[in-house]
Amino acid sequence: MSRAEDAAVHRSVRNGWLLSTPALFLLTIAAAGPLLIVLVYSFLTPGQHGNVVWDFSVEGWIGILWSKDIFTGEWGLADAHLTIFWRSVSLSLLTTIFTFLLGFPTAWFIATRPPAQRALWLFLITIPFWTNLLIRTYAINEVLRKEGLINAVLLKLGVIDAPLDMLYGPFAIFVGMTYVYLPLMVLPLFAAIDRFDMKLLEAGYDLYASRMQVLRRVILPIVKPGIIAGSILVFVPSLGAYVTPRVLGGGKQMMIGNFIELQFLAGKNWPLGAALAMVLLIIVTVALLVYVRYANRDTSHG
Amino acid sequence: MAERSFHVARLPGFATMAVAVFVALYLPIFTLVAYSFNASNSMAVWGGFSLDWYAKAWANEQVKDATVRSLVIACFAAVISTAVATMAALGTTRRRAFKGQTFIYVMINQPLMVPEIVTAVALMILFGLVKTVTGIHGLGYLVLAHAAFCVPFAYLPIRARLEGMDLTLETAAADLYATPWATFRRVTLPLLAPGMVAGAMLAFVISLDDVVITEFVKSGGQDTLPTYMLGQLRRQLTPEINAVSTMLLAVTVVLLTTFFLLTRKKD
Repeated sequence: MSRAEDAAVHRSVRNGWLLSTPALFLLTIAAAGPLLIVLVYSFLTPGQHGNVVWDFSVEGWIGILWSKDIFTGEWGLADAHLTIFWRSVSLSLLTTIFTFLLGFPTAWFIATRPPAQRALWLFLITIPFWTNLLIRTYAINEVLRKEGLINAVLLKLGVIDAPLDMLYGPFAIFVGMTYVYLPLMVLPLFAAIDRFDMKLLEAGYDLYASRMQVLRRVILPIVKPGIIAGSILVFVPSLGAYVTPRVLGGGKQMMIGNFIELQFLAGKNWPLGAALAMVLLIIVTVALLVYVRYANRDTSHG
Repeated sequence: MAERSFHVARLPGFATMAVAVFVALYLPIFTLVAYSFNASNSMAVWGGFSLDWYAKAWANEQVKDATVRSLVIACFAAVISTAVATMAALGTTRRRAFKGQTFIYVMINQPLMVPEIVTAVALMILFGLVKTVTGIHGLGYLVLAHAAFCVPFAYLPIRARLEGMDLTLETAAADLYATPWATFRRVTLPLLAPGMVAGAMLAFVISLDDVVITEFVKSGGQDTLPTYMLGQLRRQLTPEINAVSTMLLAVTVVLLTTFFLLTRKKD
């Protein structure tokens, strides 16, 4: 490479960085940087009325799983915390599974429409995706309420005599999260199915495979990257959900997101809240790293 | 006859289920919109068509303030995030891949990966410290926070536009002795404009919809429309909240439709 070319490459790289600097600066001060402060706060001592005292302590981290008895001062396993973690993980997994069960046929349906119609169906899936999460959660609240749509219809049909009590609890949270995160499953599934060569189906049927066999042995393995992408896109925000459990859980049935908030407001234990936020961040990062690793391996093998 | 109805790509029950999913996706939203036109005070009984709740919402000072605040923040956030995203997109496309480019991508997309509640708590702590030290409690904090999480949404359509752009036009301009700045102003920027408008609109929608980060960053009396609604959901509900939701929905749908028309590929 000549010296002039060398200088041109050097200049190009420098310009690349210079142009990216304002974005990097904004994201450092108002998105990524503050996360470090949360890490620092997780190792401090809670103040009397919230906030922190600048004394090093690991009690915030210990407090994730154990709690101190107010009277004896002894540490014991914090059952209430474990219940919240279990509720968060199980509801997120259930949401992921159900969005897949509902999303797969939907994505398949869209991908097999004539090309002219496909854009419209996709648009119909995208609108709820961009629509305010709070409004969609509130809409589910209206459907599940005692006087809501489901109860009204079931009463009219005579299926039930008294309205079902569906609101405020794990069931309502699960329905709400499935509803709000469904588009996040459908979109990557659609992308994967759209690339799928339908001739493979013909080959399968020609070799006397049944529909079930074709689905299990041909379709699912090939669209697997889409399934994994969709699952992570649904699982990650479900685990960190705050609005949906707050509006549909009725305050008592918390998930990790609300539990973190509680530490900063009523709980007055900022280090514990900070440590919980870090744990959530670590889980999400691990999930994303596993995905990146899997996606790379997948492409390198064809 | 069985042969003729056998389509390879058809899986039994899938179409029915898909249609059911679409109905389930839209029915709650339609119900919500329908009840905003309900004459009755109750959320259960249909009392005929009326626009009363819109009039009530319109006359509600809190709703008015929150609406103005939401719009102001969304405008600033959209402009700032589009500006920095455009520069970053110019810096990360159309040049040889360089060391550190992955780092820039990760930073730009970081708001999409970190759970909102974590960022919300982090900003609450940081801006809380800044507020105590400086004594300034303006809307600037919310603008800054919104601009930051809007960056990836503004960046994506702009980058896509740049990658699909024909480089020969710029080469032609340079061949005709246009300075790099003139080439950028007269050739690149006009070609890039639809991508920037699309990016700004997505950023605007995302900012307008934010609940969690706003709820934690706002100082007293700085409710935006979504945080105002979140507060209302704890109280006795009236169709007024449906009217507010419907108006917000309408803005989103109009902007999204424009976005899709702008970015639609010409076949």
